[in-house]
Amino acid sequence: MKVISAKEAAELIKDDSSVMIGGFLGVGTPDEIITEIIDKGIKNLEVIGNDTSFVDRGIGRLVNAKSVKKVVVSHIGTNPETQRQMIENEIEVELVPQGTLAERVRAAGVGLGGILTPTGVGTTVEDGKQIIEIEGIKYLLELPKKADFAIIKAKSADQLGNLVYSLTARNFNPLMAMAGTTVIAQVEEILPVGCLAPDAIHTPGIIVDYIVVGGRK
Amino acid sequence: MDAKIKIAKRVAKELENGQLVNLGIGLPTLVSDYIPENIKVFFQSENGILGMGGAPLSGTENPDLTNAGAGYVTAIPGAMAFDSAFSFALVRGGHLDVTVLGGLQVDEKGLLANWMVPGKMIPGMGGAMDLVTGAKKVIVAMTHTAKGNPKIMKECTLPLTSIRRVDLIVTDMAVIEPTDEGLLLKEIFSDTTIEEVVKYTEAKLIIPENVGIIEG
Repeated sequence: MKVISAKEAAELIKDDSSVMIGGFLGVGTPDEIITEIIDKGIKNLEVIGNDTSFVDRGIGRLVNAKSVKKVVVSHIGTNPETQRQMIENEIEVELVPQGTLAERVRAAGVGLGGILTPTGVGTTVEDGKQIIEIEGIKYLLELPKKADFAIIKAKSADQLGNLVYSLTARNFNPLMAMAGTTVIAQVEEILPVGCLAPDAIHTPGIIVDYIVVGGRK
Repeated sequence: MDAKIKIAKRVAKELENGQLVNLGIGLPTLVSDYIPENIKVFFQSENGILGMGGAPLSGTENPDLTNAGAGYVTAIPGAMAFDSAFSFALVRGGHLDVTVLGGLQVDEKGLLANWMVPGKMIPGMGGAMDLVTGAKKVIVAMTHTAKGNPKIMKECTLPLTSIRRVDLIVTDMAVIEPTDEGLLLKEIFSDTTIEEVVKYTEAKLIIPENVGIIEG
């Protein structure tokens, strides 16, 4: 694990990268890193996240800055700019049921070839997907979703990069930490090793590549 | 009385002590204001908390403690926070007793459409497909009509949310239970009549001898 600045984090990311970004309507999103991605003018990102937040918040700012060619999300209803770009064919939107999205990201990070879920059976979500019947119940085969980068937000790290999240700012962050090829975590503070009890750590530092300190404390 | 409050009050009577409940954003959220005093339920919010409490006092908001609409909330003593996979494990795994969701349309088979209007409004399904598929009891809370047009249809013209039949429909005119035989009219509000309810319902209703009356 290496401590870097938000600007250095943005320099790791190239045009056309796939990036998972933590957060639920911007809560638990690494805003300082997003600011630097926008400033650097990175384009054509594929963004995987719960939603596209609001126009001026979280992932919504990336959409608004036209940094994104495709989003894989469960909801765009709070961001009229995403809807406008979708209608104008400026952005591709893949809508995924929220629980399915969480499991697809999880599957990618834990070495599973996919998951079987009853969610979406008989709806437009099943189009093009394999249906597998087990004990009389139909399930959709949903495939793992990984990314070049996981850009996540935690409350605290220790000097080994162990992470602790806070309340509903946790959401997709620990799942993405497992599923990104390169993991960049923005935290509010870095504590000495030993300050985080073994039972309290949510994500092990061993899988975190970079830490950026920023945001409210 | 405001239609939404009528609906929320009636839905609140469906909740039982000790249940784990997920309320959708909008009208369903109002239900929490009308839960009888002797009933204690736990609220789950899909963004990652079980034991969600009401709005915080001004000045005590925690930016890391929000509901699924990004509004500030509190956590009751004994609350638990978790990630999105665990949140939907509760929903899909049969651990969520009740979900209350808004609706655009419900059809004669009790199937719900509530996540998009093709070409007009595509917010996305969020957690709705998982909630309708996985919750033990699904209650649809919606106005009976939209601009005078029935929302309870013979067949949904909008894309379905799930092929799981919902358990109860509560509107500002009536309470309707989808059954194997069809849509059963259980109760009507005292300010309407069975004839009016039938008039504003496109789907066929089964009308039993005794239809309950909801006062106020």
